[in-house]
Amino acid sequence: MKLELGKIEINDIQFADRTYIEDHVLYVNKEEVESLVLEDDKLIGCHLDIARPGDSTRITPVKDVIEPRVKVSGGEMFPGVIGKVTPPVGEGRTHALDGCCVVTVGRIVGFQEGVIDMSGVAADYCPFSKTVNLCVVIEPKEGLETHVYEKAGRMAGLKVATYLGEAGRNVEPDTLETFETKPIFEQAAEYPDLPKVGYIHMLQSQGLLHDTYYYGVDAKQFVPTFMYPTEIMDGAIVSGNCVAPCDKVTTYHHLHNPVIDECYKHHGKDINFMGVILTNENVFLADKERHSDMVAKLCEWMGLDGVLITEEGYGNPDTDLMMNCRKVERKGTKVVLITDEFPGKDGKSQSLADTCDEATALASCGQGNMTLQFPAMDKVIGTQEYIESQIGGWAGCINEDGSFEAEIQIIIASTIANGFNKLAARGY
Amino acid sequence: MAKYRIVHYLNQFFAGIGGEDKADYQPEVREEIIGPGQALASGLGEDYEIVATVICGDNYFGENLDAATDTIVEMVKKYEPDVFVAGPAFNAGRYGVACGTICKAIEERLGIPVLSGMYIENPGADMFKKDVILVETGNSAATMRKAVPKFVNLIQKMATGEEILGPKIEGYLERGIRVNYFAEERGATRGMNMLIKKMAGEPFETDLPMPKFDRVPPAEPIKDIKHAKIALVTSGGIVPQGNPDHIESSNATKFGTYSIEGMDSMSPDDFTTIHGGYDRQFVMANPNLVVPLDVMRELEKAGEFGELLNYFCTTTGTGTATGSAAKFGDAIGQKFIEDHVDGVILVST
Amino acid sequence: MVKGIEKYGIPVVHMATVVPISKTIGANRIIPGVGIPYPLGDPTQGEGDSKKIRERLVRRALKALQTPVTDQTVFEKDI
Repeated sequence: MKLELGKIEINDIQFADRTYIEDHVLYVNKEEVESLVLEDDKLIGCHLDIARPGDSTRITPVKDVIEPRVKVSGGEMFPGVIGKVTPPVGEGRTHALDGCCVVTVGRIVGFQEGVIDMSGVAADYCPFSKTVNLCVVIEPKEGLETHVYEKAGRMAGLKVATYLGEAGRNVEPDTLETFETKPIFEQAAEYPDLPKVGYIHMLQSQGLLHDTYYYGVDAKQFVPTFMYPTEIMDGAIVSGNCVAPCDKVTTYHHLHNPVIDECYKHHGKDINFMGVILTNENVFLADKERHSDMVAKLCEWMGLDGVLITEEGYGNPDTDLMMNCRKVERKGTKVVLITDEFPGKDGKSQSLADTCDEATALASCGQGNMTLQFPAMDKVIGTQEYIESQIGGWAGCINEDGSFEAEIQIIIASTIANGFNKLAARGY
Repeated sequence: MAKYRIVHYLNQFFAGIGGEDKADYQPEVREEIIGPGQALASGLGEDYEIVATVICGDNYFGENLDAATDTIVEMVKKYEPDVFVAGPAFNAGRYGVACGTICKAIEERLGIPVLSGMYIENPGADMFKKDVILVETGNSAATMRKAVPKFVNLIQKMATGEEILGPKIEGYLERGIRVNYFAEERGATRGMNMLIKKMAGEPFETDLPMPKFDRVPPAEPIKDIKHAKIALVTSGGIVPQGNPDHIESSNATKFGTYSIEGMDSMSPDDFTTIHGGYDRQFVMANPNLVVPLDVMRELEKAGEFGELLNYFCTTTGTGTATGSAAKFGDAIGQKFIEDHVDGVILVST
Repeated sequence: MVKGIEKYGIPVVHMATVVPISKTIGANRIIPGVGIPYPLGDPTQGEGDSKKIRERLVRRALKALQTPVTDQTVFEKDI
């Protein structure tokens, strides 16, 4: 399966009377976007705002972040959710609006929505402090059931991203890259002398606000399966919005999976990248056992010499991580784990909820319990009224001027456990 | 410029008072530089002064832990030092424990930076390396010369408030404190490099060596269930509506204690859950799924066990530091001893 | 938490869904829960059956508290 990914560099977003791209600026027709969002009768309000790197702006509570993309060679983005589940997903040509994002914002559903600061000390920890963000602030109907509200927010963001992506359909991209993974035997034969490497991609699937969707299927309902990496670049996986903000794998991060990126960089040089094994992190022990067994079987069946495993979330998913690690190692496949740590505010407690002896190689994505002073911002997109109850905050952590102290857990994707960031933790 | 002031702690042996026969030597302070203090003083140079040396016998310290600690803290306080240094203890076990104990107390009570040093297998190392910076030394006093530059460097940094870097750079025992930093490369790149080495059978270094969790021996079972008092505890974040004690939904710093007296069941009107780690809808509709009060009351009435404790203890398990959880457990255990609890049902989500 | 309490000599039975974590943290008497969102019961089977499941698990917990153990023990079945 072969995908051409064209990147259109976007340096700014501005409101205009129609939606188009010119000279690396995305012009957005506000009214069209707002009415698109309000097509959903679960939402009674929507307004748009733009946040740029360096602004004294805070965005919260953030639900998801999405990069606008468009399929230019037939097919549709976000198959099974927005687009149809028909091919070509992961094939042909896709254009991405690189450098800009859609950020969905609104009253919290749970505790799991986070913060993006566009400047100041917290900006160093957040990938979306460096992108130009179109913030879609939604207001749900009164008394909406939480699952319904979550879905409305999720769909709003994906719809807007798809709409904006269309603007890039006929724009000549600044860069064009080709990614290809062949069917298993051909791929194995292409680089017979290089070690065969796979990526075990664990999707959060713990229920409300901890869900992920694979071609529209709720991730807790599937069994581990194989994926071509390019399918993921076309939006075959979308975030179910929440999870502790710091290690939320946003839809943006699915489109920009750093492990897939890394594997392709080494592909044909020092590894033979065989593809992705997709699995989940369910709340029943039998699921955890069955799915880690299946992951190990898939590794064996694909003849993998090594795998990278990433997780989303912490606590009980650490058990899935360790089960996968142990069982895959016992099949003779070498494992490296990528994850973040939660050793308490003083950093002295255990970093993970579960461990295993086979976990000899682990790349740290930093620890989420470290606290930070968040300065007051000139502008807040959304509302700060939930800071105290959002994950990472606590009662009394916010001051009257809008500054607050919180664990970096509260920052979207600050310790994202797929290795997207440079943040790491070490022993002192 | 005024000199930085150091107070040094030694046991009876290193202070030249005597060996085992003098191990019950009582705390004493001398305004002079003694034994290993000489090497430190010459290494530290003109700007630093060891203003006093506290001496205590290892056995006296071990047998009078609280009193000896109090006395020594008072002695040190008087001299208002900028840094307090104990030992090094090398491989002397009781001395190592004394150095760790006194350093920890001085830092906690006086807020003065403290430093000690010992051999990695000294029992004091495992006990105190989390709380006190311990210079890694060899197992005998013969290694003092090699340890002096590390002591000097750390004392100077502590006195001037300069940042203390990682254990490998500074030569102290890793405390097991996880500290963030911005690495040269993203996590995925570091992971891939590790994998390539691991597959090739080359040496690599993990970012997080797997920790070992400690154990407690199983408690004796309940002998007479018909008269036993049973308590309910949960990490499922069940709290009264409104969360009056503001227990956090993740990485909790406290637990709550709430009465269930006179209740036959956990009513969703009275209780909810604030746990940030799972889909809460089922438990919000029926908190008995986590705190099984309904069933416990029925079994209590049927005489299946003696009585149910009239309150339950609760916190949020998700992302809660093991250190906090251990503290909660200790506080709850103490409470349960006072309330004559015979057995505990602890439910986690 | 389990260890903190048990240290005082009071037996603790840990009812937890993720048995591996319970083992890792060092619980000595473990009973597997039904699932993370509902450890004691199964509301998807209706209130009546859900409560029966809870009663069975709680009875097993009381038995576990009366059972001598020397090592970490998972009580998978009714005793």
